[in-house]
Amino acid sequence: MRELDVKEITEAIAGLSKETNVSLSEDVKSRICMMRMKETDEGAKSILETIEKNIKIAGEEDIPLCQDTGLACVFLDIGQDVHLVGGSLKDAVNEGVRRGYTEGYLRKSVVTDPIRRGNTGDNTPARIIYDIVPGDKVTITFAPKGFGSENMSRIAMLPPAAGEEGVKDFIVDAVRQAGGNPCPPVVVGVGIGSTFDGAALMAKKALLLPLDEHHEDPYYAAMEDELLERINKLGVGPQGFGGDTTAIGLRINTAPTHIAGMPVAVNINCHVARHKSVTL
Amino acid sequence: MEIKLSAPITKEKLAALKAGDRVLLTGTVYTARDQAHKRICEALTRGEDAPFELEGAIIYYVGPSPAPPGRPIGSAGPTTSYRMDPYAPALLDLGQAAMIGKGPRNEEVKKAIVRNGAVYFAAIGGAAALISKSVKSAEVIAYDDLGAEAVRRLEVEDMPLIVAIDSRGCDLYERD
Ligand code: SF4
Repeated sequence: MRELDVKEITEAIAGLSKETNVSLSEDVKSRICMMRMKETDEGAKSILETIEKNIKIAGEEDIPLCQDTGLACVFLDIGQDVHLVGGSLKDAVNEGVRRGYTEGYLRKSVVTDPIRRGNTGDNTPARIIYDIVPGDKVTITFAPKGFGSENMSRIAMLPPAAGEEGVKDFIVDAVRQAGGNPCPPVVVGVGIGSTFDGAALMAKKALLLPLDEHHEDPYYAAMEDELLERINKLGVGPQGFGGDTTAIGLRINTAPTHIAGMPVAVNINCHVARHKSVTL
Repeated sequence: MEIKLSAPITKEKLAALKAGDRVLLTGTVYTARDQAHKRICEALTRGEDAPFELEGAIIYYVGPSPAPPGRPIGSAGPTTSYRMDPYAPALLDLGQAAMIGKGPRNEEVKKAIVRNGAVYFAAIGGAAALISKSVKSAEVIAYDDLGAEAVRRLEVEDMPLIVAIDSRGCDLYERD
């Protein structure tokens, strides 16, 4: 069995904290560029240009794209043939976040208690999602999540009779209601099926999928395109000031569900759609 | 065309702005977001003063990232404004001249804007690295324990803004 010291995970996460907060992946950048070229509203076009300028400045000057450097969402795909040594995995992840956010001058946005508040001071704890997968590697995906957009996310336990139209309307309506709040243009992550919590997690994981690919099932692949088109006809536009660019991408994850249910979750991300993976 | 707006920000200068105008703001801006608003309003209720002069003040809804060495501030884009809606009308009635944030405001805030001839500016959400370049200095003046949420006095130069709600109540979020 392969052994992996959790210190390597700490190192990787400290690095990813900084990297994800100063630069975006190519698929996100090319979608913003593409949408800017297609945009017909002058004001909207100029906002998209400013967004692209911001990406350039952040990269050149090595400073965060957004001051909200997020709640650290850490997805661990752990190979079942790996033996993790050197201490607690959870502690190692949080140590990586602590170091990354402190040494990288990133904002500490986590409070100890949801009601009584009180900043933890080091952006821990991370939200950690563990999956056991075949193989002897560990893949870490780091996705800092801003809450301007997180707050606009929605979930519905639709009755099966609501059908395809019910699901699609709920998704489009979530983006309409979010309006200018989540820093549009947004990226929309959708989870359909599973349980209450399962749908929400699928929606969050959909935000990690490449924007230049589609669902493997042609039925949902077509739905991704159709929904993106409908959303971009809403007219919300960049920052909510009108235009053709309300969303730069939409991805769907699906799973089997119960005979009585049809859960749908919509996780909204802003144009600062940050995530990056490394495999150890 | 961008309109240059410099401190002091008078009601006359604000009255000339229209929803949709692009503005480059130069002058003093105070930062305050959720917890700072709560504390300021609690202080006022107790009969104490706000940590800065409210009359004519511009409040920027921001929780900047920490300043790296050699910079006055880290990245500093706007946070979502509706969370400040419960507090904004009282502050506007006490003389606050303008707010900077992002996203729509409720009817109460809009009425208070019109009642007081104030303005709501939007900064571009997520353009925080770019906006930080217009901040020339930053100093924590209250609630240091709140970290990113502390109240800071910023001196800004040509800060890029859009008039989202003008002093007559015209709202860029509700254009059609
Ligand atoms: S929603 Fe995104 S772009 Fe807007 S403030 Fe939050 S992290 Fe930044």
